[in-house]
Amino acid sequence: MIHAHFTLSHPNFSLDAEFQAPAVGVTALFGVSGSGKTTLLRCIAGLERAKGSLQVNGEIWQDDQTFLPTHQRPLGYVFQEASLFPHLSVRANLEYGYKRIKPAERKVPLDQVVSWLGLEHLIARGDPAQLSGGERQRVAIGRALLTSPRILLMDEPLSALDSASKQEILPYLEGLHRELAIPVLYVSHAMEEVTRLADHLVLLQQGRVIASGALHETLARLDLPLAAFDDAGTVIEARVAQHDEPYHLTRLDFSGGTLWVGKVDQALGMPVRARVLARDVSIAIHAPQGSSITNILIARITELRDEGVDKVMVKLSLGDCHILLSRITRRSRDHLQLVAGMEVFAQVKSVALM
Amino acid sequence: MPSIEPVDLQSVWLTLKLASVTTLILLGVATPLAWWLAHNRHWYKGIVSAVVALPLVLPPTVLGFYLLLLMGPRGAVGELTQALNLGRLPFTFAGLVIGSVLFSLPFAVQPIQNAFEAIGKRPLEVAATLRAGVWDRFFSVALPLARPGFLTAMILAFAHTVGEFGVVLMLGGSIPGETRVLSVAIYSHVEAMEYGAAHVLAGGMVAFSFLVLLGLYLLGGKAKT
Repeated sequence: MIHAHFTLSHPNFSLDAEFQAPAVGVTALFGVSGSGKTTLLRCIAGLERAKGSLQVNGEIWQDDQTFLPTHQRPLGYVFQEASLFPHLSVRANLEYGYKRIKPAERKVPLDQVVSWLGLEHLIARGDPAQLSGGERQRVAIGRALLTSPRILLMDEPLSALDSASKQEILPYLEGLHRELAIPVLYVSHAMEEVTRLADHLVLLQQGRVIASGALHETLARLDLPLAAFDDAGTVIEARVAQHDEPYHLTRLDFSGGTLWVGKVDQALGMPVRARVLARDVSIAIHAPQGSSITNILIARITELRDEGVDKVMVKLSLGDCHILLSRITRRSRDHLQLVAGMEVFAQVKSVALM
Repeated sequence: MPSIEPVDLQSVWLTLKLASVTTLILLGVATPLAWWLAHNRHWYKGIVSAVVALPLVLPPTVLGFYLLLLMGPRGAVGELTQALNLGRLPFTFAGLVIGSVLFSLPFAVQPIQNAFEAIGKRPLEVAATLRAGVWDRFFSVALPLARPGFLTAMILAFAHTVGEFGVVLMLGGSIPGETRVLSVAIYSHVEAMEYGAAHVLAGGMVAFSFLVLLGLYLLGGKAKT
């Protein structure tokens, strides 16, 4: 468990942020720029000195009496720009932190990181200046992991990269879950990255934490500014259940129903995360007949909230724990007389696989 | 072919010794000072910067004059050195070293400070997140990255000390083997109308200075690529 509470006051910015996050999986610190997410991350690393307290897995890193300096905190930090040391070779960069921890504490072997991140040929090139942006960031991630951190802090590690480099790095970030059981705090302002990577979401606004919780629940909260985003939506954790080879489709099962999506290159039973945007879900009160839409799910309306003058956001529950959002017009709501508790048919026009 | 007299040779060696000792001491003094100036944001940073830069604008004789008073028998430093049984500093090699260090201080501090400022905080923060403590960060990151600044500082401090005249004359006089450095020796030769001997030393100085600056610019050009 990570428990953090920091207060900081600058002339034009103040931070008063408190949150708890599980010590497993990826926790996203999400907010617009200027919301204080990077400052909060820097406080956690001890790079910024704020008043407050910080506990990581029961260890006190900071309170009224204690302030562990950064180099004594067992963390890894990946900065926005890779920040490789220009005077050291790629290999020496990787080994910089590795050499500074006691051999007994080296839980992440050098060869494992090198082969997992595909760094062999980057090491062979020698000089960090010879690497592309994405390659440099990969080395920086490896360098941070090699300190065997108990928590990995990442400050928008993809934001300085072009989209090709992003696609190159993302699979590794997703793999962090599986490969290494290290909790990650991930600062981002990109919803797509968050929905793809995070399990837990901490939402920041003007230096304050306005919400914190499991990703799929927090995304579905209508009282948060997230719901007003154009790309508001929810995620569904499903499993690959069937491949329809002739039609090139894959069926995903989850406890609230099934979704047919374009062919997924995953074996049966593999977990997949699907993202459904509110603008891609429409509602029918009778079972649609002769519709081209394949994915029609039985759902129950749990909440409705007006959005602006013409739109309504509808929260739909599927089974026990899955949620969809649907953005419809106010007129549709009145026509169909939609109210909480009603059973309806949710038509899903598009599903994005993460 | 003009040849160099033994007494002048002594001056050459004395000058090189003075410049070497001064440069070494300056590295020790200027590095922490430059670090502090590069990382400090307090209002009094301006005062310290101004004091450090003062020798750039002061006539060397002014600096020498006040040092002479300060280190003389009635000066604060002079009383201290006498109380410690160290004797008096003016007209000694040690006194010259102190004068030279102060005189060349800005030439050592400013390149190092610029180098530290150019590095910025980020590489040091990265090193801290990779478990490097304060000194470790300084030696493994700040020093190697600031190396061009240190080279410039050393060359400038050395060359500037070789070329100093006013401070030495005020503070050291012209005692052979003790305080009679090159610039003073040239001055004495000219005063005594020994133009031949003056030429040997002065020409040597021109060649030396040119080589130092050439080395500096070649080095600077290399560091940029």
